[in-house]
Amino acid sequence: MLNNQGRPTTPKDSAVASHETFTRNRGLQMEEALLFEIGRTDVTGVDLDEPASFVSRLGHLAREEEIGLPGLSEPETMRHYVRLSQKNYAIDSGLYPLGSCTMKHNPRLNESMARLPGFSDIHPLQPQSTVQGALTLIEELAGWLMTLTNMDAVAMSPKAGAHGEYCGMAAIKAAIEAKGEGALRKVVLVPESAHGTNPATAAAIGFEVRSVPAGADGNVHPDAVRALMGPEVAAIMLTNPNTCGLFERQIVEIAQILHEGGGYFYCDGANFNAIVGKVRPGDLGIDAMHINLHKTFSTPHGGGGPGAGPVVLSSRLAPFAPVPFIKRDGDKLALVEDAIGTQALGRLTAFHGQMGMFVRALSYILSHGSDGLKQASEDAVLNANYVRARLADLMSLPFGNRPCMHEVLFDDAWLKDTGVTTLDFAKAMIDEGYHPMTMYFPLVVHGAMLIEPTESESLASLELFIMTLRDLAMSALRGEKTRFEGAPFYAPRRRLDETRAARAPVLRWTPPQPITDAQQAAE
Amino acid sequence: MRYLPLSETDRSGMLARMGVTHVDELFADVPAHLLLKDPLDLPRRKGELDVARQLGRLAARNVPASSVPFFVGAGAYKHHVPATVDHLLQRSEFLTSYTPYQPEISQGTLQYLFEFQTQVALLTGMDVANASMYDGSTGTAEAVLMAHRVTRRKKAVLSGGLHPHYAEVVRTQSQLAGDDVVTMDADVRASEDILSQIDATTSCVVVQTPDFFGNPRDLTAIAEKCHANGALLIAVFTEVVSLAALKSPGAMGADIVVGEGQSIGNALNFGGPYVGLFATRTKYVRQMPGRLCGETLDAEGRRGFVLTLSTREQHIRRDKATSNICTNSGLCALAFTIHMTLLGEAGLKRLARINHANAVQLSGLLAGVKGVEVLNQSFFNEFTIRVPGKAADVIEKLAAKGVLGGVPVSRLLSGKGLDDLIIVANTEVNTDEDRATFVAALKEVL
Repeated sequence: MLNNQGRPTTPKDSAVASHETFTRNRGLQMEEALLFEIGRTDVTGVDLDEPASFVSRLGHLAREEEIGLPGLSEPETMRHYVRLSQKNYAIDSGLYPLGSCTMKHNPRLNESMARLPGFSDIHPLQPQSTVQGALTLIEELAGWLMTLTNMDAVAMSPKAGAHGEYCGMAAIKAAIEAKGEGALRKVVLVPESAHGTNPATAAAIGFEVRSVPAGADGNVHPDAVRALMGPEVAAIMLTNPNTCGLFERQIVEIAQILHEGGGYFYCDGANFNAIVGKVRPGDLGIDAMHINLHKTFSTPHGGGGPGAGPVVLSSRLAPFAPVPFIKRDGDKLALVEDAIGTQALGRLTAFHGQMGMFVRALSYILSHGSDGLKQASEDAVLNANYVRARLADLMSLPFGNRPCMHEVLFDDAWLKDTGVTTLDFAKAMIDEGYHPMTMYFPLVVHGAMLIEPTESESLASLELFIMTLRDLAMSALRGEKTRFEGAPFYAPRRRLDETRAARAPVLRWTPPQPITDAQQAAE
Repeated sequence: MRYLPLSETDRSGMLARMGVTHVDELFADVPAHLLLKDPLDLPRRKGELDVARQLGRLAARNVPASSVPFFVGAGAYKHHVPATVDHLLQRSEFLTSYTPYQPEISQGTLQYLFEFQTQVALLTGMDVANASMYDGSTGTAEAVLMAHRVTRRKKAVLSGGLHPHYAEVVRTQSQLAGDDVVTMDADVRASEDILSQIDATTSCVVVQTPDFFGNPRDLTAIAEKCHANGALLIAVFTEVVSLAALKSPGAMGADIVVGEGQSIGNALNFGGPYVGLFATRTKYVRQMPGRLCGETLDAEGRRGFVLTLSTREQHIRRDKATSNICTNSGLCALAFTIHMTLLGEAGLKRLARINHANAVQLSGLLAGVKGVEVLNQSFFNEFTIRVPGKAADVIEKLAAKGVLGGVPVSRLLSGKGLDDLIIVANTEVNTDEDRATFVAALKEVL
């Protein structure tokens, strides 16, 4: 009855594979021009009434020049950015095993809590009597962070992990200077496997970076630290669990070496998500550690931020925490905003930190509770180990088939003689519908592939992922290079020319230049 | 636990398949005596309803800007953000993606970053902008470091009109790095003689416009003196809407323009997350901090975008990087870009006119209150008033009457003899009724 007018209901056998479309769209995969190619400077998507006449008080500096900013109406804006969004992979659409980055589920309760006007619509400089709830929330989150780490204090204002590193290392420098050792202790030990932010941070604070070699088992060894230790050493910056996905087995001894030598122990807490509720960093001898709320406590990554990087501090460093910090004054909470009269190392940002991220993180923490946080760590570690165990026969593990933490590190030794590189393998994963793992990091193994499935994956999801990687691996080992060399084939873009981008950088849109007479004549 | 897909059966099956009897065997590298057996003594898991109740109670103890006549600015501003912005921000593909390390499946993020960079460059009158900093204050500190790299000098001169918190961030950083900073005295009336501070040892001069007290600053002469001495001029703004009303810093000769983008697209959020805008001249691009998105072609010759010039960055250069920044303010940059797209030049300029007109009106009303003096000759959407008595007390009394009437200067600059000054901001959200309520309340408390 539905088909009495000759409408075919089965595909024809002769359907051809594909062809170029007029629009260059491919069905739901839309090409989208730049805002500057579709917008017009006289179009606006916001209705505002022109103000009644008034006498300008701008003085002689009123803008006369055009800006050149195009606008779009509301429906055009919606379509433009929805189409752009559809060109992105996301944790909501698939497994995102980007090692060290912790792409776990982002609960939407956290989003709605952060948008409560009582949190989102308050000003950092409105009277403190009108923001007691906000200060209480910060204090409560701080309490959780201190208890989970068994540390004495926490500086809440750092804006992201690297900013937290900066805060922690600045506190160490302040402590050293307070002891009168500022001129002496100039060296910071950083393992080769460290995130790039570690040496960059140490250098920004005026420290000299000394590299600690990695052991053959992927761990940093006390002997290597002892050999580099001396009166000139201010601190070590050690990631734990480390970037090879391994818990630093001898971390307590390393902490002792530092402390006995008069130095401090900074821990990069990017991988804290593996051990929340399992072991407390404070028990390991750590003096400072930043916590990436956008990793461990699941505030969304948002395409590269915003993050938040509170830093827990030992009692030795607590007095040097930057302003602002919260102080209890009877039943009121007060912000200490002036460093004068304190030992505070100064100020690291204009206001009180990433409040929007604090709300989300606390919402996540309360939802889990201490039992759920422990379970989340265990599941993250279990999932990573399951991937390791199921791929160990095909892909090579640089440090042997031993238990890992929340992420498993493979190298490219197994790809030797296949002609397939880590990059090719990663790009082929895109065609299979997965975001690639972290590749070529850490630097201590060749062709690194760092896989972090997180606790958010179901067993079924993990199984399919494992089967996919096995299929790809066997394909590579069989020498089926075409599947890899040109990959990805099915993404919105094929491989992009990064060399071209860097050689003659085009970093903004500029209006197309009209063809000159000379050019026309030449044609 | 609703966020954890593994069932007990899954867990035990997975462990069995690995030949492991207990999950703690996977934690064998943790010193055994430090491995916690039981969950820490903290509250246990909660359902959505309970969490929403608990956080809702905390939220209810704050006074939101939209619930009262609200005139608080001084570095963060209450503006209306169209509903479309937040809807788009919450698209899964924007919200839950990572830094665009795999460009083939991140073109959405990369293209909006390219649009963002272009919008910021246009607004500031500069050649290029980066893909964002944490906020205006950290961006300013990074600008000073960049100037030191460009000039190979180490002395920054900070205007007395620079937001005091921004100045503190720069001083903290400079002290840690061993660089020199000269901070001019607080300059309420934009009358400082900063030119006399510039010499052949100066790396950069940092001037905010409109300044902390609301005065638009003419940067032309400062730029000339800087350039004559081989120094850079860093222009700072905290209210990005002002750029639509005032001559751009680029047109006045600034070498680096840096500021806070919160006003466009982003909520007040009690101070964060915000979005730092950072722009400069093409010749300095390789000394810039932060991520840069650039145009290129894919293997089929189609236009696409990638992160580029990353040899400046920490993951490549490590201790030689231009900055340690990694995560930035991507999603806040998207909010900025969408809101700016909705406004367009026509909308943005009208928004700026409304802000200015409202502020002009309020300044007239406040000047009519006995004992109150408006100190600014010129301003955009905020200005400074002098009140009889302590400004902090006046603000508290106004708050008790349900009016958030501005920021007492003493909160940011204590012990400087500026205890009777209030910075008052006025944007498009303030109505005639708000202004009348404010003025009436002020008369009562004075």
